Amino acid sequence: MRQRLAAAVLGVLALLLMAPAALASTPGGVRTADSAEALKGTIRDPEGEPLEGVSITVSGDGGEVGTASTGGDGEWQVDLPGPGTYTVTLDTGTLPDGVQTRNVGGDVLTDVVVRPQQARTVIFPLVPAGTAQEESTSAPSATSSAEASPGDDTAAPPADGGGTNRVLQLVVEGIKLGAIIAITAVGLSLVFGTTRLINFAHGELVTLGAMVAFFFSTSPLTLPLVVAAVFAVGAGALTGGTMERVLWRPLRGRGAGLIQMFIISIGVSLFLRHVLLVLFGSRRRQYSEYAVQESLDLGPVSITPRDLIVVVLSGLVILGVAFMLQRTRIGKAMRAVADNHDLAESSGIDVNRVVLVVWLVGGGLAALGGVFYGLTQAVYWDMGFNLLLLMFAGVILGGLGSAYGAVIGSLVVGLIAQLSTLWFPTELQYAWALLVLIVVLLVRPQGILGRVERAG
Amino acid sequence: MDWLAILGNSVRGMLGPEAAIYALAAVGLNVQFGYAGLLNFGQVGFMLVGAYGVAVSVATFGWSLWAGLLVGILCAVVLALILGIPTLRLRGDYLAIATIGAGEVLRYFYRSSYLEPLTGGVFGLRQFANPFFDANPFPPGRYGVGPVTFDARSLWVMTVGWTMVLLACVLVALLIHSPWGRVLRSVREDELAARSLGKNVYGFKIQALVLGGVFGALAGALLAVNVQSVQPDSYNPVVTFYLYTIVILGGASRVMGPVLGSIVFWFLVTFLDSFLRQATSSGLIPTSVLEPGDVGAVRFAFVGLALILLMVYRPAGMIGNAKELRLDVR
Repeated sequence: MRQRLAAAVLGVLALLLMAPAALASTPGGVRTADSAEALKGTIRDPEGEPLEGVSITVSGDGGEVGTASTGGDGEWQVDLPGPGTYTVTLDTGTLPDGVQTRNVGGDVLTDVVVRPQQARTVIFPLVPAGTAQEESTSAPSATSSAEASPGDDTAAPPADGGGTNRVLQLVVEGIKLGAIIAITAVGLSLVFGTTRLINFAHGELVTLGAMVAFFFSTSPLTLPLVVAAVFAVGAGALTGGTMERVLWRPLRGRGAGLIQMFIISIGVSLFLRHVLLVLFGSRRRQYSEYAVQESLDLGPVSITPRDLIVVVLSGLVILGVAFMLQRTRIGKAMRAVADNHDLAESSGIDVNRVVLVVWLVGGGLAALGGVFYGLTQAVYWDMGFNLLLLMFAGVILGGLGSAYGAVIGSLVVGLIAQLSTLWFPTELQYAWALLVLIVVLLVRPQGILGRVERAG
Repeated sequence: MDWLAILGNSVRGMLGPEAAIYALAAVGLNVQFGYAGLLNFGQVGFMLVGAYGVAVSVATFGWSLWAGLLVGILCAVVLALILGIPTLRLRGDYLAIATIGAGEVLRYFYRSSYLEPLTGGVFGLRQFANPFFDANPFPPGRYGVGPVTFDARSLWVMTVGWTMVLLACVLVALLIHSPWGRVLRSVREDELAARSLGKNVYGFKIQALVLGGVFGALAGALLAVNVQSVQPDSYNPVVTFYLYTIVILGGASRVMGPVLGSIVFWFLVTFLDSFLRQATSSGLIPTSVLEPGDVGAVRFAFVGLALILLMVYRPAGMIGNAKELRLDVR
């Protein structure tokens, strides 16, 4: 699973740059030895191997500035006459057969800003030929690694034209994102409902699920993704259950306060996230299956079969959860414990067992959500943390403690995030979701379906 | 394994500019969390506005550093009011989520292409603090004892930083041992009781938030000046988690708690860093277990583990008063 490539080191170096005030006191940012402005990069194929002989052209206002060709190490550099805004074009004719750019129009990067004394790296993400080329509305990572490319922010707008088409397409994207958030958020809401703990480490269960599925579906085991997903769900459930038995139950037995447990969950999240970083590396990976797909055109919207199945499966899973909560005994017990802890206990329900089941189910669901998220976006080490804030937004909007609220809230959050790109830049889409979170907390802290309990 | 170098690095880390900066921010957080009981998880947001206040004023508008500092403090006050007025009536963990969200929203906006002409977007701003370093009274050279040496630049930042920390601690001590401080602590203990005695609980919380936020902004400004650059992605929630670890480690609700916490924290983290770097590069730890590039991630994992262990076994920290800050009671 750990490939020793320069990109991994670059990613961790970027991570270290993030840690404020590194031990050295040199200014941050990229500098070349001869302090001239330049544009450079490394062209790699989807497996990470450098590509030789790929031609890159840089042009500024007034024409072509320079051309470079990648060497044996895949690297290219074009020196610039000065700082400013440039356009970088990759000559797709010089790409080998079998690779193409990931985004529609991603071979041209416009509005690449070069600051004084900056030798700026630009990245052209490449995918196997025949993959559905994505629009640039894929999620930017909140904590940037070296792959926070200008390409993500400045790549071409969606291939289909027309206002309503675009709105409908974004609605579909929003439902897709919302469905994934919904599966993961249900567990969060149930855990809060039964134990009053806001589990900060829930995001790491998501990441764990995605990574376990990745591990099982790539060499040397190379199981089909469906089987790997089953393992992932099992791993997620196991981790959730272990956390409950080993950490939360003893703490509850000791009478630990909610604030104390909340801060502990933050520590668990921090710890797990970076252990996963060490194990997995900092590169974004894709699952090997289902990456290459043609979009289906369903009327005005287009969606890949993979994404469609993800949405349908998410819906089925949510229906399954609803069925469990309404019709089964354990579901009824869960609702009872969430409603009134002491009364449920006094009526003979084994609260500890119910809580354990909640953690098992929540962990499994989170892991499944992670697999879906990895399928539709990519698998990377802090995917869970990015999703966590959206989960909070969805859960609080819907009402903490209510599983159905979590579903509704998550769908709304997903829609808001995607629809905001109609008017605002893509990089801000998560900011709107978080603003929704804050506004809901101010105006109606119990959310849509929550009970009016004291949130203050 | 060059233990002398590792120890030297660790002592340098615990006395250096980062420790001072984090101590200052932690003093601010201590006022909000330790004394007022506010679970403010957006302290990094205050550092962000303080840092950008200085940077934008100098780099984009061309004002002086002092003006920039004032702008940073003003921004922190405004942020505290915007953040506090709506959210302070929220319960502990809700407030935490709201403030994390607010910090992240700020970071997204500062980093967005909208504000790029002002803030430099994703790339941030740099080279705006030359007047500060021109005023450095220490002539160039290295100062120190044995393996613990600092260059003149770092020494200057350290001097300024620790002086600010000292002044902040004096201010906090005076405030806390005054009637204002007593009311603040009573608000933390039992809001209803304080309110029933006629105290304006809301006002006290806002004041604590503003004061803590100003200290955070000063810390952020010093951080920006120290590295002569601001980048939005270095002001992420993990910084706040570090600050909480520092405050809890030292002992929340004690004046010198955060300072002690910062010193010990940076000693341990730098020790771990140096040790792991040497161990992985010398082969003491085989590369199948840990690679030199992973050392940074191990540092974060260690902080997370420290936070867990502290909160489970000793929420009072080193010099905290276990009876005063009853974090472990529902």
